[in-house]
Amino acid sequence: MSDLDSFRLETRAWLEANCPAEMREPARDESDMCWGGRNPAFTNEAQKDWMEAMAARGWTVPDWPSEYGGGGFSPAQTKILKQEMARIGARNPLMSFGISMLGPALLKYGNEEQKKRFLTEIALGQIRWCQGYSEPGAGSDLASLQTKCEDKGDHWLVNGQKVWTSYADKADWIFCLVRTDPAAPKHQGISFLLFDMASPGVTTRPILLISGNSPFCETFFDDVKVPKDQLVGALNKGWDVAKYLLGHEREMISGMGLGGQTDSLGAGLADALAEDPILRADVARFDVDAMAFRAMSERFIDELKAGQAHPAQPSMMKYAGTELNKARHELVMAARGSNALEWESDRSKKGKAAREWLRTKANSIEGGTSEIQLGIVAKRILELPGA
Amino acid sequence: MPLYLNDDQIMLRDTARGFMAEEGAIGKQLRHWRDTGCGDGFGHDLWKQFAELGFNGILIGEEDGGLGLGHVEAGIVLEEIGRNLTPSPFLTSAVAFVEALKGTALGARFYPGVLAGDTVAALAIDEGPKHRPEGIAMRAERSGNGFSLSGRKQFVVQGASADVILVAARTDEGLTLFAVEKGANGLEVEGVRLADSSIGARMDFNQVEVDADAVVGEVGGGGAVLSRVLNAGRTGAAAELVGVGAASMDMTVDYLRQRKQFGKLIGEFQALQFRAAHLYSELEIARAAVMKAQQLLDEGSDEAEAMVAVAKAKAGRASQLAVQEGVQMHGGIGMTDEYDIGLYMKRDRVLNELFGDPAYHADALARMKGY
Repeated sequence: MSDLDSFRLETRAWLEANCPAEMREPARDESDMCWGGRNPAFTNEAQKDWMEAMAARGWTVPDWPSEYGGGGFSPAQTKILKQEMARIGARNPLMSFGISMLGPALLKYGNEEQKKRFLTEIALGQIRWCQGYSEPGAGSDLASLQTKCEDKGDHWLVNGQKVWTSYADKADWIFCLVRTDPAAPKHQGISFLLFDMASPGVTTRPILLISGNSPFCETFFDDVKVPKDQLVGALNKGWDVAKYLLGHEREMISGMGLGGQTDSLGAGLADALAEDPILRADVARFDVDAMAFRAMSERFIDELKAGQAHPAQPSMMKYAGTELNKARHELVMAARGSNALEWESDRSKKGKAAREWLRTKANSIEGGTSEIQLGIVAKRILELPGA
Repeated sequence: MPLYLNDDQIMLRDTARGFMAEEGAIGKQLRHWRDTGCGDGFGHDLWKQFAELGFNGILIGEEDGGLGLGHVEAGIVLEEIGRNLTPSPFLTSAVAFVEALKGTALGARFYPGVLAGDTVAALAIDEGPKHRPEGIAMRAERSGNGFSLSGRKQFVVQGASADVILVAARTDEGLTLFAVEKGANGLEVEGVRLADSSIGARMDFNQVEVDADAVVGEVGGGGAVLSRVLNAGRTGAAAELVGVGAASMDMTVDYLRQRKQFGKLIGEFQALQFRAAHLYSELEIARAAVMKAQQLLDEGSDEAEAMVAVAKAKAGRASQLAVQEGVQMHGGIGMTDEYDIGLYMKRDRVLNELFGDPAYHADALARMKGY
């Protein structure tokens, strides 16, 4: 038996022994997932046990180095752990923008002190992070952001406004793009700053969306004082960190295309499709696309870990994955008909299908619109001329 | 197994890529045989060169003189064939036919000819204009020491020049496959030039007598053999489609970087950039699906059949998009015979029909998934 085979068997045995039965069922929605944080809101004991058991082994971030709270796994070991978790339907123990976005950026751009401090907290699920990128005047044109950050000698002083800050009202800390040199060309005057959302001068206001939910906030900074050692990377070089992090954000969002652990959309809608041949054909075409995308996702991760992926490939993945997810929910709505239109009834789990359908419309906007991704692919991968 | 090529596979790809771009190039092969009206539609010298490079033995076991490799490796060669539109009996002979004979007594009889680049094989499966293997009606009646075959087949790729034809027919025991050698009494072959200038054939079987040893596998056991043949053929055709699509995209993107209108390179226009980027995305996804299907087939996985359907459907649609966008973005010159892009469009259409089109495979996938 090879080392990887025995690793697989040991991993399987540990997961079987330690993953609670409740954590082998899919989460109902984002609010039913474990997000950790200073004041974690666990929906049950199983969720807490599962996160802590996984974090204790570094398995919330299996491929991070063990000195920063990770598992120190090779790409092959990480893939096996993911496969074995999928085999028993184990939930992700910890949803975290710290893991999917900030962590990779800190690993690349953070200094040793920052890595030790922040990565370990992230791995253990002790701090919940939010992302301060978009502003009212800086959406697709992100680099035109205006949030001001001044050097006051012994601290930074931050003033401005962010928008579309996911879960800012629930987050403990923010990773934030700020303008440190207003005179420089727009990409060259930006820095990447970390600070506590409990700092005086920070306020958040949830935004009510078409889904009736408020996962995003407006976030205001009014003379917020930030310690000097919380700037990541070099002063005025924050755009490099920002772009690198965006790659990881896009990678995460592209995962939407996988549609959880369901293998076939049509399999779950068989009754409705039996009487509707045109819709059945649409769903069958969708399943072809979805299974092909699943293979693409596996290939992308394999290539990424082997250092073979094109640096702009996350843009392709984000584009394809989010467009696929929107198509999935359109088909679900069509197959379930007027049952899926109910908005408040218990029968509909308070409009779960309709609210999820509406939520997916943000997928191709957040983290850079589909059009922004296509532009990146055209210029950086296909090397087409212009802009 | 990671979903990318290992070092040995990259070496094979580099060999196949260099060889096909040089010897299998459109000017040297496709246009040459087309413009000289060749009745075979491909060059036997090139088929010999395939053999010398070892390509023909990729799927033949080492014990039978082959390389004992798998569908990933066969697909590497097929993608390069697709890129260059190289006319070749590789898919029917060295992939589908070789797979059919695996584990049967007929391997010893036919593998040496395939390995040497002497034998050309064809598959006689379709009986109507669409691929419907579930509805095969051709009969094989017991007769003397063997069987008597009667019925019609069409779209028999390489059928006009085949030394041996794998024929699917029904016996009382059920679906059975036969290896029928060329020149059999009662077999009428009409070579048919297709849109892409390859040669298919229509075949009339009028009480064609074959010995019992022409049966591939067991009498009535043709379903399993056919499924093996079709999995291999579909995955191979999908790999070739990826090559067709990739070359069309490369050619088109090059054109967008050179052609000027309104005082600008047309590649600067967002309307074209977005479509090119979407096409890139579709082709990347198709390539991943094809490789996944190849790996699952090589592993003998239960999930292979569903993934083969996905691969053929996805590669077909992605390649179709590539050739359509290719002709459109080339504008008027895309309609001329002088430019190669139109040749890709014709090859894509043929490959999409071969072994089931995207609609057939989407339906097949839905059935496998229970809806």
